[in-house]
Amino acid sequence: MPIVYKPEYTMAALLKLDNVSKTFGDREVLHGVSLEVAPKEVVFLVGPSGSGKSTLLRFCNLLEHPSSGAVLFEGADILKQKNVNALRQSVGMVFQSFNLYPHMTALWNVAIALRLVQRKSAREAREIAHHFLAEVGLAHRGSAYPAELSGGQQQRVAIARALALKPKLMLFDEPTSALDPELVGSVLDVIRKMRHEGMTMLIVSHEMQFAREAADKVVFLDQGRVVEAGAPAALFGNPQQQRTIEFLSRFSLAGSHG
Amino acid sequence: MGRFVDQFINPVIWARYWDEMLGAIGLTVQLTLLVLLTGLLLGLVLGLIRVAVPPLFRIPIVIFADVFRAIPPLVILVVNYFALPFAGIRLSGFDCAWLGLCLVLAAFTEEIIYGGLRAVGKGQWEAARSTGLGSVTTLMLIVFPQALRMTVAPLTNRTIAIAKNTALGSVIAVPEILNIAMSALSNSANSTPLTMAALFYIVLFAPLIVFSRWIEHRFPQRG
Repeated sequence: MPIVYKPEYTMAALLKLDNVSKTFGDREVLHGVSLEVAPKEVVFLVGPSGSGKSTLLRFCNLLEHPSSGAVLFEGADILKQKNVNALRQSVGMVFQSFNLYPHMTALWNVAIALRLVQRKSAREAREIAHHFLAEVGLAHRGSAYPAELSGGQQQRVAIARALALKPKLMLFDEPTSALDPELVGSVLDVIRKMRHEGMTMLIVSHEMQFAREAADKVVFLDQGRVVEAGAPAALFGNPQQQRTIEFLSRFSLAGSHG
Repeated sequence: MGRFVDQFINPVIWARYWDEMLGAIGLTVQLTLLVLLTGLLLGLVLGLIRVAVPPLFRIPIVIFADVFRAIPPLVILVVNYFALPFAGIRLSGFDCAWLGLCLVLAAFTEEIIYGGLRAVGKGQWEAARSTGLGSVTTLMLIVFPQALRMTVAPLTNRTIAIAKNTALGSVIAVPEILNIAMSALSNSANSTPLTMAALFYIVLFAPLIVFSRWIEHRFPQRG
């Protein structure tokens, strides 16, 4: 039997999932999962598909509601919060399939929420959008439409779109899974840079090498439960649970050097 | 050959009915524009509402769309003109034709728009909502423009098909092109007015057909 992971942290958590479960119809996909993310911490959620990683992630900006349990952001229960849109500006999200608006230029993909949600002037919204496009290395592509950009470029625009709202927490749902291998690097570079600048991040990913390098903590989820969690060196170098060992062996990573 | 010219393109008949036929064109254009404007607008609004409201509230819209797509437009016009007076509602032939065709166009437009809105990926909603955009803003600025691109070609075709049904107004005494041509035909015992009607329809609708071809080329249906 897997142990249920009990987090023990001294730092005040920015995000805290407390005993959350999710039932779709009569199928329970998450069974009482608890997880904490401290400020400036980078936490990776790894595990086989169908383990509930994405659902867990989507609780954090209420794209999905847990069937039971609590989700605390900055100490407040977001499930009881009235203004969901205020929360969503503090929690940025990046999707596997980018989800850029195809009928808007890269610049307006970034600027539209600044303009309509944060009520900036058109000029200010454009300036901020341009600044964040430059941050992800796309200063020169602002007038391009998504269809004219490579997958890696599209994903970086999507990151800029989320970052422009100055979120306190960034959620990534398999940000590189839809990318051609040679384009993955450019997106990971941006995430590295964000980490360096102290962004708090919760990342669902299959990039084990990257998790090993960039994570402060790795949480291994299987069949809706936390099987094992800890520092990447410990989890990858010396996994304790049989299921973790089996899972990691598929990536021929366990015990090797990142 | 002489008999053919005499029967179908008789210059004397042509000249005699020219003014009256021109008047009919004016009325047909007026009716067509009214039907397009109101039908498209109503269908658009209904399609958007159907996406925005909870499932239970969609039922009346679905019933409306199904009923008015099922009944032949001619039947709707005839019912409007001959049956509504028994319910105390008395409309002119023009109003009956306008109302009937407007509702038919609205029903088809609603289905096409709704289909287009539903075809826009869930990810677009999620991305927009995750940046704090409200549901109405997301629908109108993110989802609707994409749906419109996908639906503009089928919508144009359907619009043309329904616009041509103004000719059905001839059976309920609307003095549009076909109606005037038919009475001219009876009065003169000559087919030239029908030739005129055919030419007028070509002049009226050919630009729309060309426009729809351009639209199909410009906005391929896969969006």
